[in-house]
Order: sequence, then structure tokens, then C-alpha cells
Amino acid sequence: MDFLNALILLLNYIFIPALTYGSQLALGAIFVTLIYGILRFANFATGDMMSFGTMVTILFTWYFQSLGISLGVLPTALLAIPFAIFFMILYMLSIDKFVFKYYRANKSPPVQLAMVSIGVMFVTQAVVRIIIGPSDQRFFDGEKFIIKAREFKEMTGFNEGLALKSTQVITVLVTIILVSLLFWFLNKTKTGKSMKAYSDNEDLALLSGIDPKKIVIITWIIAGILATIGGALYGLDKSFKPFTYFNNMLPIFAAAIVGGIGNPFGAFLGGYVIAFSEIFLTYAYKKFFMYILPESMEPESLVQLLSTDYKFAVSFSILVIVLLYRPSGIFKGKVL
Amino acid sequence: MRKNLNVIAAYSIMMALIILVGIFQSWNIALSIFNLCLISAVMTMGANIQWGYAGLINFGIMGYTALGGLAAVLISVDPVQEAWSAGGFDILMSLWLIIAMVLIIRFILKRFNKSKIRTYSIGVIIISGILLIRFSAEPGIEAIEAVNPAKTGFLGGFGLPIIFSWIVGAFFAGGLAFIIGKVALGLRADYLAIATLLISEIVIAIIKHEDWLTRGVKNVIGLKRPAPYEVDLQSTDWFINLVEKFNSGKLELISNLSDRQAALNQLVIEGSSIFVKLCYSGLFLTVVIILLILTQKALYSPWGRMMRAIRDNEEAANAMGKNVVKQHLLIFILGSAIVGIAGAMLVTQDGLFTPGSYRPMRYTFLIWVMVIVGGSGNNFGAILGGFAVWFLWIEAAPIALFLINFFTAGMPETHSLKLHLIESVPYFRFLMMGLGLLLIMRYRPKGILPEKIEIK
Repeated sequence: MDFLNALILLLNYIFIPALTYGSQLALGAIFVTLIYGILRFANFATGDMMSFGTMVTILFTWYFQSLGISLGVLPTALLAIPFAIFFMILYMLSIDKFVFKYYRANKSPPVQLAMVSIGVMFVTQAVVRIIIGPSDQRFFDGEKFIIKAREFKEMTGFNEGLALKSTQVITVLVTIILVSLLFWFLNKTKTGKSMKAYSDNEDLALLSGIDPKKIVIITWIIAGILATIGGALYGLDKSFKPFTYFNNMLPIFAAAIVGGIGNPFGAFLGGYVIAFSEIFLTYAYKKFFMYILPESMEPESLVQLLSTDYKFAVSFSILVIVLLYRPSGIFKGKVL
Repeated sequence: MRKNLNVIAAYSIMMALIILVGIFQSWNIALSIFNLCLISAVMTMGANIQWGYAGLINFGIMGYTALGGLAAVLISVDPVQEAWSAGGFDILMSLWLIIAMVLIIRFILKRFNKSKIRTYSIGVIIISGILLIRFSAEPGIEAIEAVNPAKTGFLGGFGLPIIFSWIVGAFFAGGLAFIIGKVALGLRADYLAIATLLISEIVIAIIKHEDWLTRGVKNVIGLKRPAPYEVDLQSTDWFINLVEKFNSGKLELISNLSDRQAALNQLVIEGSSIFVKLCYSGLFLTVVIILLILTQKALYSPWGRMMRAIRDNEEAANAMGKNVVKQHLLIFILGSAIVGIAGAMLVTQDGLFTPGSYRPMRYTFLIWVMVIVGGSGNNFGAILGGFAVWFLWIEAAPIALFLINFFTAGMPETHSLKLHLIESVPYFRFLMMGLGLLLIMRYRPKGILPEKIEIK
């Protein structure tokens, strides 16, 4: 019984939150990795593009709510996401047309494109803050919990409760569906394959008749979908604040590089690697040990490897270690 | 003379703008803009040495700035004796443990050849070392943080004049740059950018949360000043006389004696804060000029030529027998040290250390905008970039307010769009920075004052 209690404790405080957070990171990381692999630059505007997508989602959600449209138990935001994606894609394509295209045509070095993306970051951040403001926005509605901690306790008789938020389930489900669709697209369809070819060797791809313009447009479209959904899921689960999104760029980068940049599957797993290690290393295991150890050996301290303040530092340290020992990432991406 | 015309023109315009602010807003604002411009210029020079001379991207500027600020705290604050006696021993013990750990790792690296066993054993040493240090330092840290937490709760510093911290800050930042350089300089440009950005976040996390060292988010306030205090000045005779002399014309117009005294008092209060700011300006200007002379000398020295050669063609320079790795590390340390000086200067000017205020937007990306806009590789350009961008950053809100009022002049005062726009005026600075950066990168990719290499 104690052992099961300990397991539920871990499930509740580590596994489920990490899986959710990891899914949100994974979507962002695939976004970074696709841009890096195909357009060949590190996109510093990642976090802010995601916050832009989320902002549009929120605006549509509010609009639908004012019309009285809702999805019942599900959050209205799910209905708003497709519309937001449309806007997001338009936004990204116009950025590409007015900003990035020029440098791509000139074959500028990746560093210059990265610098340009900082300009885009500033502008996007300004637009988001001007439109919706810098403060916290909650836009979740519908049923909050699937299983409540207390109900679970009563139902099963365990000491430990297991809470399952609907946003967590939605996040994981949507991520699984989206990522499997994406991998199917990249690996099975002709366009997906040509994107891969373009990423591997641009010149060879051009020689074999692949249209670079089409590839670029499709990349931005996929990026728009990923950014909006990733951002909106994060906002639903936690809350929307432009500054948090900007900060999230850092673990997202870490996830993409740890997984091997340019490798979408690596980025997907990288998100979970980062999320799990962040939560594993900063969780206080005192209660866990109280369950599994006999009473005489119970720990007095919190048994916490690192304080939660260092959550971000964990992922960055992992990144530094990976860069040192396996610069191409865990799952062989491009060699740096 | 002719070839420097654009430099002179650009600087005159900049100075004229600041003077205009002085005339139309107030001299106090103009001087505080000027001071921060000078500090930004120092930061920009540091980044410019790395990027313009050597082509290294360093997105960790925030980390070095914060370390410089930390130096200011550690140098100037008086030591907290109680805290030292409560937990000083534990902290010193952990310090020895860290040194011992580093030495052991060094020994292993030197003694044994590269192998999997070596890598793993180093990993084990690091992890067990961290755990050991954590457990041995824990009681000491708790004891220190328990000492009068509302006021101190940290070890304090050395109680020296704060001006020394400018040098110490340079050493702190240089030391961090040494470690980062050893770790990350082998990476390709954009990875170096990401790695340095993330490492600087780790530095900030440590500064924010190690309360025994820095008081963390509780901030350290009331640091010593290298300049006199306003309150002291207001009661000093020579200063009052000075203000009286300066404003004698204005004061004579007032016939009533008590009115005249009141006006004088007002002028003394205003004058004292301007005088203090001028003191800072003098100090900062000295630093900027010294750095400018040094960097210009370096740029045109054989060493500067070598750096440019390495930047433009690493392989060729390597083939000519130049040690690229060593030079990269050197310039990385030098540039970061300059940023460290700026960090210490900033905290000196503010008189307080607020770890929570170090954000990458303000301390990393904004500095990069300055470098790019000003002209990378050109020291005069870098300084100008620091001035121009900081000026815009501060004056963006008034400009945006003016533009909004201008374009929405037709709308009624209570129109929701107009109110919303006016409410979000502070964020227009991001928009201006972004647009400025994009436009400069597109139409003047080498910056306002491009790099000019004269062959003498």
C-alpha cells in the first residue's frame, strides 16, 4: 500500500506535470528545429511568435465567448485555435516576405539571419504587448479537472490523491496527434520528403527539381501550426504572459539542441528530456521516502537535489553537457 | 579631417539631441540619459571587441553585467560580522571543497588519457562533489540567512570604496568568460550565441537565489557612492555660493528677501542632484575615454590586424601560425571584462543592486542592437550606437505619445482605441528598436559608422 502511495505521489507530482510540460516544449522545439534545418538559422523570435499565436487564440476565444459559443466541457480555445493558426500563418509568411527573404536570396551567413530574427523578436514582442498588454491572461473555460484529488482518494482509498487536469490530457493528446501527423507528412508524403532532402543538401535538392519557394512556404505553415498550438496549450495549462513566453524560448532551444538540431524526432524527445530532468532534479522527495522507507530511516531534510529556483538552470546545464560531449545532440542532428 | 566628417557630424547631432532634452524637459533627465548612454557605450565597446574585432557572438552580456554589479556589492558593503561568525566557516569550507574538486579534476585530466572511464569518473566526482558541498554548506547558509534577514542576511563585502569594484568587476567577468570560453568557444557561431545566452541565465539564477552571497531578490540598497550626497551638498557653503553665483542674474530680479531665499533653496536642491550627476558623468567619461584610447590602439596594432585576419579567414590565419583558439579566448575575456566594468558602473550609479532586474531583453539584446546599429568593428560607431539607442529607448515613450496624439487627433478623448494605445505607450520602444534594427540591417548592414580600416 505504501509503495503504491509512493508511486501515485510520483505520478501526480512528477510524471504528469513533466509529460505536459514536455509536450509543450516538444512542439516549440520541433518549430525551432524545422526553421533551423530548412531555413538554416537560429530563430530567436521563437518564444514571441508562440506568444503571438496564443494572443490571437485568446482574442478569438473572447470573441466566441461574447457570442455565447462554447464547447461545453472542453475549453472554447480549442475552437479558436484553427482561426488563430490561419492568422499566424499569414503573419509568418509576411514576415518571411518582408524580412527573411532578402537575406535568404543574398545567401547571408546564418549569424546575420539570427540577428535579423532578434529584430523580429523585438517587433513581435511590441505588437503582442501593445495589443493585449503585458499582464497575465487566463482564457481557460470548461471543466477544469477530469479526476479531482479528493475524489480519487475516496474512490480508491489511497492516502495520496491523483489530480488530472483536463488541460493536461488535452495537451498530451493534441501533441500526440499533431506530432504523428507531422512525422507522417515528413516521412511519407512527397513534399515532406523533398523538405528533408532540401534540409540535407540544398544544392542537390535544387538539382533534382525541388522548388525552394514551395519548401519555404510549407515550412512556415508548419511552423505557424506548431507555434500556435504549442503556445495555446501552454497558455491553457498555465496562463498567458508575454514575458513567460519569451523566457520559454530558452528551454525550447535547449530541447532542440539536446535532441540534435535539424532532427524533428530528436527535438520531440528533447522536449521530454528537458522537462523530466527539470522536474526530477528539483522535486523534494521527502514524502516519497517516507512511504517507501521504514519509519526509522525517514529523512529529515526535504531530499531535494536542487531548489526549484534552479529549474531553468538544470536544462541549461544539460545543454552545456550535451554540447561538450555530443555536439550533434543525443539523436544525431547536424554537426555543429 | 574630411574623412572623419561623418563621425563628427554624428556625435554633434547626438550631443545636440541630449542638450535639447536638457532645454525642453530638464537638465536632470538629460544628464541621467547621458550617464546611462556612457555606461551603455562601455558595454557596447565590450561587445564590439568580441563581435567587431573577432567575429565572436556573445549573448551572455547580461551575465557579465550582473557579475560586475555583484563585484560592486562585494567590494563596497561593510562585512556583516555576525553572519561571518555564524556561517563563515562553513562557507569557507565549501570554497576549499570546490577548489579541491577542481584540482582533482585537473589532475585526472592531466594524468590519464582520454577514455570513457575518465569521463565517467569526472562526472561522478562532479556530482558527488556538488552533493557534498550542498550538504556541508547548508547549515552555514541557513545560519547566515537567519542573521537579521530584513536588513542583512548575507555575508556582506569588504567595505572598500566602491570605485575599486570597477576593476574587480572586470576580473569577475573575465574569470567567467575564461570558463565559458574554455567550454563553448569551439562551437559554431549561432550555437555560441545560444550557449552564452543560456549560461548567462544560469549566472543570473545563481545571483538571484544564493541569498547568503547577494541577498538575492531582496536587493542590496544604499551602496556607498564615489560622489557626494545631495543632502550633504545642500548644506555646504561653497556649493550654495556656487549656485548663487551661477544664478545671480535670476536671483537679483526677486526683490523680496525671503522670496529670494526660497528661490535659492529651490535652486540648490535642483543644483545638488545635477552636480552629483555631473560627478558621475566625469567618472564615466574618464572610463570611456581610457577604454577608447586603448581599444583604438589595439585595433591598429599588429595584434588588431591579426584579430581581423582571424575573423576574416580563420583557416588562413591558422596556416600562418596564429593560435586561433588562444586569441579567441583572449578576446572573449577582454571584451567580457569591459562589460563587467560597465556592470559595476551601473550599480555604482544606481546605488542599489537588484538581481531581479537583469533581463536578457535589456542587458543582452538591447546591447546587441546598439552594436549593430552603431557599426560593428568601429569603436566610435559602437559608442555612438550606445548613445543613439539608449536615447531612443528612453525617449521612445514621449515620441510614441506624440505620434499617437497626432494620428488620433480626430478621435474623441474617450475613444477606447486611443486610450488603449496611450496605455501601451511603454511598449512602443520595443517596436522602435525592432524596426530600427531591421531597417539598419537591411539598408546599412555595416551600421551608422561602418568599420574603416586605414592602412598606414
